[in-house]
Amino acid sequence: MGILGSYRMRWARKRLRYRARLKRYELSSIVDRTPDLKPDDILLFSTLRNEKVRLPYFLDYYRKMGVRHFLIVDNDSNDGSGEYLADQPDVSLWHTESSYKKSRYGVDWLNHLQSRFGHGHWCLTVDADEFFLYPFCDTRPLDALTDWLDSCSIRAFGAMLLDMYPKGRLEDEPYQAGMNPLEIACWFDSGNYSMERNPKYWNLWIQGGPRARVFFPHTPNRAPALNKIPLVKWDKRYAYVNSTHMLLPRGLNLVYDEWGGEKASGVLLHAKFLNTFGERAVEEAKRKQHFDGSFEYQTYAKAAGNSPQLWNSWSEKYINWRQLEILGLMSKGNWA
Amino acid sequence: MTVGIVMLVHTALERAEQVARHWDKAGCPVVIHVDKKVPRETYDRFVAALADRPDILFSKRYRCEWGTWGLVAATQSACARILDGFPMVRHVYLTSGACLPLRPVQELQDYLAARPQTDFIESATTADVPWTVGGLDEERFIYRFPFAWRRHRFLFDKYTQLQRFLRLKRNVPANLVPHMGSQWWCLTRRTLTAILQDPARKTHDRYFRRVWIPDESYFQTLARLYSNNIESRSLTLSKFDFQGKPHIFYDDHLQLLHRSDCFVARKIWPRANRLYEKFLTQPAGVSGRQEPNPGKIDRVFAKAVQRRVRGRAGLYMQSRYPRNDSKNRVTAAPYSVFQGFSELFENFEPWLAEATGARVHGHLFAPDRAHFANGQTTINGALSDSAVLRDYNPDAFLTNLIWNTRGERQCFQFGPGDNQAINWRIAKDPNAQISVISGAWAVPLYRCKAEFLDLRQRAARLQKIESEHLSVLRSSEVKARVRIWSMADFVEAPMEPLQAILEDIGSETSRRLSEVPRMVDLSGFGQFLQNLKNEGMHPYLMGDFPVEPEEEPAKQAKSPRPYLVR
Repeated sequence: MGILGSYRMRWARKRLRYRARLKRYELSSIVDRTPDLKPDDILLFSTLRNEKVRLPYFLDYYRKMGVRHFLIVDNDSNDGSGEYLADQPDVSLWHTESSYKKSRYGVDWLNHLQSRFGHGHWCLTVDADEFFLYPFCDTRPLDALTDWLDSCSIRAFGAMLLDMYPKGRLEDEPYQAGMNPLEIACWFDSGNYSMERNPKYWNLWIQGGPRARVFFPHTPNRAPALNKIPLVKWDKRYAYVNSTHMLLPRGLNLVYDEWGGEKASGVLLHAKFLNTFGERAVEEAKRKQHFDGSFEYQTYAKAAGNSPQLWNSWSEKYINWRQLEILGLMSKGNWA
Repeated sequence: MTVGIVMLVHTALERAEQVARHWDKAGCPVVIHVDKKVPRETYDRFVAALADRPDILFSKRYRCEWGTWGLVAATQSACARILDGFPMVRHVYLTSGACLPLRPVQELQDYLAARPQTDFIESATTADVPWTVGGLDEERFIYRFPFAWRRHRFLFDKYTQLQRFLRLKRNVPANLVPHMGSQWWCLTRRTLTAILQDPARKTHDRYFRRVWIPDESYFQTLARLYSNNIESRSLTLSKFDFQGKPHIFYDDHLQLLHRSDCFVARKIWPRANRLYEKFLTQPAGVSGRQEPNPGKIDRVFAKAVQRRVRGRAGLYMQSRYPRNDSKNRVTAAPYSVFQGFSELFENFEPWLAEATGARVHGHLFAPDRAHFANGQTTINGALSDSAVLRDYNPDAFLTNLIWNTRGERQCFQFGPGDNQAINWRIAKDPNAQISVISGAWAVPLYRCKAEFLDLRQRAARLQKIESEHLSVLRSSEVKARVRIWSMADFVEAPMEPLQAILEDIGSETSRRLSEVPRMVDLSGFGQFLQNLKNEGMHPYLMGDFPVEPEEEPAKQAKSPRPYLVR
């Protein structure tokens, strides 16, 4: 790649930031509590649509972990998510009716908010159905991790998306507001992930898991990417390229070691497969607002008709982060 | 007589205050140096907060940048202050604001009182220890380092390179032998006074001012001049990671720290409330513990370094992905690949499973699906048997399989009819054991009743593929253990190769082979090969099969020894 490649990347990054600045006009502020931000606060960024039932547990989970402020874009929810969020003391809320797809699946909106409010903060970017785990998360708060990352001059922390699913049909156990979704969806695939290095952005491209196994057995190349870099010490020059899969500048994507060592990494438990899923897949397949022409949701919608069974006899039941560490899905690295 | 504490404080002043009060309460005078980078108002507030304690003093402030002289200057002035101000002090203990006493202070005082002449300072010559990270071990004493490594990395590197290039070496002052060690020491008044009041101190200071990381060498070197009794170890428990940064202790280290019996530990995370609560409020008095014993903590942190540097072999995951050319790109455990065996023997797979206790799969890379043992459609780790998923990334399929089943030996069949994309990967894997009976792919052809023309085409294709595979296995880059027999050789004396294979797998080696797998009936196979030849397709990989089976094996002299490629 060399100098020319780097220069191209620089322009790609500038383009992304420019897009984000244009897209800021699509956001209207509902509640702005950002003047409360303190310099060391850990921030959480999220775009969501109709997630009200998940929000109580979601907010609680991250508050306990040590997130100080939530900056959320509500993409035209009609289930009361917006009202619920506006009432929370630590949430700043923006609303938009614009196209999720045209904002590159919310990335532009969040890139804008991040460059405006995230500069100098550790920023966690997750969806409402993603639950972040890091080494020692049961005994050390999130700022123990970010302090340690600071002391090691590490700017980005990787956490692979791990799809969680229930045993039995999705509809069997309905999810209620406030419940821990991982009590229902507590199974996962432990060892069927394939990865490749992306030569352009230097990130690893991870695929596999139950979605590849059940929904994409004939088109594995279209199976969703599972690599994510959700925790970043933000700088206003940074930009997410594609969901939280990769960033620019590219150096931020090097969250893996290439010489045999293990860097510290976490996991995003993806509690997508609940009873709410089937309905959602049908709706999203129609809206066509998701990646790859919502191919993913269309596949799900078709499969959901036959009530998909993700569980099989080799599924692992989730216990804690140490289990995931032993299985090799995440690593403590040299954090002890 | 008592021990005086010098504290170098940079951040987390409220923790420093807490610890200073703890020392003070136990009767140890304290002198605190606060980094000049701390804002004036913060500093004043800190001083005012401790104003009620007459035995807690503050020394002149210096700017302390990591790796520079400031830290030594700060230490010197604080030590001078404590020696002048408190004549009762016999030992001076150097600590930082992130240090935490783990044992009752009385125990430290008793320990030092019992060793009144001993200087506890880690001090070793650079030639003898591989501590330093980044290579600058000896060089830190012979070049000049006027630029801060953290802020001016570029200048730092360039200036060092320039000096190397021009061979601008400095002279070490005549009487000094450079030593290095942990900067957290405990020296006697005698030694410390000698260092600080040395008539040659100006020369020493001038020299060390341009040494890199002088706080790890100034006192360590000079103590060697004046001390009669050096214990080369630090009383402070402090572990370093692979980049030379100190490990940090958290609440969940409480038990480890408690059992280490060390006097002081660093570095403590400022928000580790339980640690501060526990160790600063434990009852005074003596618990009867003796020497510090950090063994267990050492192991925990050594493992962390090992994990970061070497990782778990055979694991491919989001934060460990060895490059293609890396020697670490291997699988997790030894496994065996068999080519031609299940074609030549009727019951090879169950026989092998019985004889070795290993898990024996069929053709894992077959075109229709991965034939897992016992006809399973999914296997450990929810690895699917789908051929499409497998062929999407055969590399990952193999490494996942071996990683998921670690602890259990895996064997599988392979052949020219399978996906060949994995050939190089297996051949370069030192964990692989590959046994090939070349040409055995012809046996199923010979046994199936199909159009001869069709058979001829299939035979030609399989022979071409296998021949390419064999040239891979014979290349000089192969790291796997490879054995190749031609089918003719193998058929002649199958016992010896089979025994060798079982020995390789390593189970029940002592027992001789009691049962051999049943070989398929090969009568007429020679004729089949001849028919192929007559059609213009020469099968050569299986060796020579006579057209009519001979009466008795006459070629006994020719020993069917396997040949090993590496």
